[in-house]
Amino acid sequence: MITKRIIPCLDIRNGRVVKGVNFEGIQDVEDPVVLAKHYNDSGADELVFYDITASFEGRGLFADVLKDVASNIFIPLTVGGNINSLDDFDRVLKSGADKVSVNTGAIKNPLLIRDAAQKYGDQCVVLSMDVKRVDGRFMIFAKGGRENTGIDAVEWAKKCTSYGAGEIVVNSINTDGVKNGFDIEMLQAICDVVSVPVIASGGAGSMEHFKTLFNTVPGVDAGLAASIFHFGEIKINDLKKYLISQNIEMRI
Amino acid sequence: MTAIINYGVGNLFSLTGSLKHLGIDAVVTNDADEIRNAERIILPGVGAFADAKQKLLDTGLVPVLNEEVKNGKPLLGICLGMQMLFEKSYEYGEHSGLGYIKGDICPLNEDIPDDMKVPHIGWNKLIVKDKSNPLLRYTNEGDYVYYVHSFYGKNCDDSLVAYSEYYVNVPGVVCYKNVFGTQFHPEKSGEVGLKMLKAFCEVTV
Repeated sequence: MITKRIIPCLDIRNGRVVKGVNFEGIQDVEDPVVLAKHYNDSGADELVFYDITASFEGRGLFADVLKDVASNIFIPLTVGGNINSLDDFDRVLKSGADKVSVNTGAIKNPLLIRDAAQKYGDQCVVLSMDVKRVDGRFMIFAKGGRENTGIDAVEWAKKCTSYGAGEIVVNSINTDGVKNGFDIEMLQAICDVVSVPVIASGGAGSMEHFKTLFNTVPGVDAGLAASIFHFGEIKINDLKKYLISQNIEMRI
Repeated sequence: MTAIINYGVGNLFSLTGSLKHLGIDAVVTNDADEIRNAERIILPGVGAFADAKQKLLDTGLVPVLNEEVKNGKPLLGICLGMQMLFEKSYEYGEHSGLGYIKGDICPLNEDIPDDMKVPHIGWNKLIVKDKSNPLLRYTNEGDYVYYVHSFYGKNCDDSLVAYSEYYVNVPGVVCYKNVFGTQFHPEKSGEVGLKMLKAFCEVTV
């Protein structure tokens, strides 16, 4: 059967990894290629790169980084950040991305998902959503979690998958950075309404959190995290060995 | 030289990159002479069967492929490229394939329970049926490979080399004489996949 996936996420600004500090055994943790190779060698099942560059020049650097990573690492690569048009899809796919993640771009124009899925296939289009509880409802937030769009997250997930999103990354603003575990309730609510793979993000602080995630919400296919991997608090190969010992299937 | 057939289907960045990484000379081409002169051929593919088949027909290369396969040149189909090697596909209608591998391409969702996800996306374990196949020269039972697909090969027992379990047995590697196919993406399957591409490039028929 298919394994659960462990996915480290790298934020890239001006061609360098952001947050990539204090990593044991690596000389240049800000070099995306070095860090990507390290994760590949430690058993990461996939890599996610978010371009958080604001400038045009920085975007060129990002394309170079992506090409360099994709020429050296042969596991699935998902790329997000600054994806607002089919031209943006084209730009990152030509640089070696396998899947493209849309967030704000889909909020501004939901038909981007439909158009991209028609052009590149559902498997290529990942919906990334930042979700926060407001008065007991799960709401979609924009602008890095600062702005409530008024869109209901469960309805949004349904709509975007009907347009052809082939995977969903659910990032809980409530649990993000708290390191107290994934947002089980929110993930369950999304898994209940979609039939595409769901990737959980936000809240991982220990290996047990991944076990609880996969055991409690069987609909979740993958766990995504950034800083706990970057800071070496959890090593991916140790995490996978632990999960296998807990009877969760992993690729090693 | 390895010829990667260019017919406007799918992203070839990783495939060309992985061959380059292995030190294997490859060219992305739709030129008949280049394909005739190549030592081996790779047929990639992502997307819908009917559309891809039409695009391949439009290149005019099908008679060239038929001739080269008949002459014994090694051919590897990947993902949709593998599906096109089969006789028929039932993806949204009924379409004829190249017919090099006996069998049909059928929808996964009709054969698995409703609560299982389609597409079959992710890493799955290979169960080897024919260890002696040259494509598996460096592959071990239980190695993981990366799949993304909604349709799968059926009625191809004679050509089955390795499969993965997804409620049904999904053919992962098929082979008939000099024609090979992988449903998964070797160019996305880490070291396991790279070794399989290396093995293909060492095949002599």
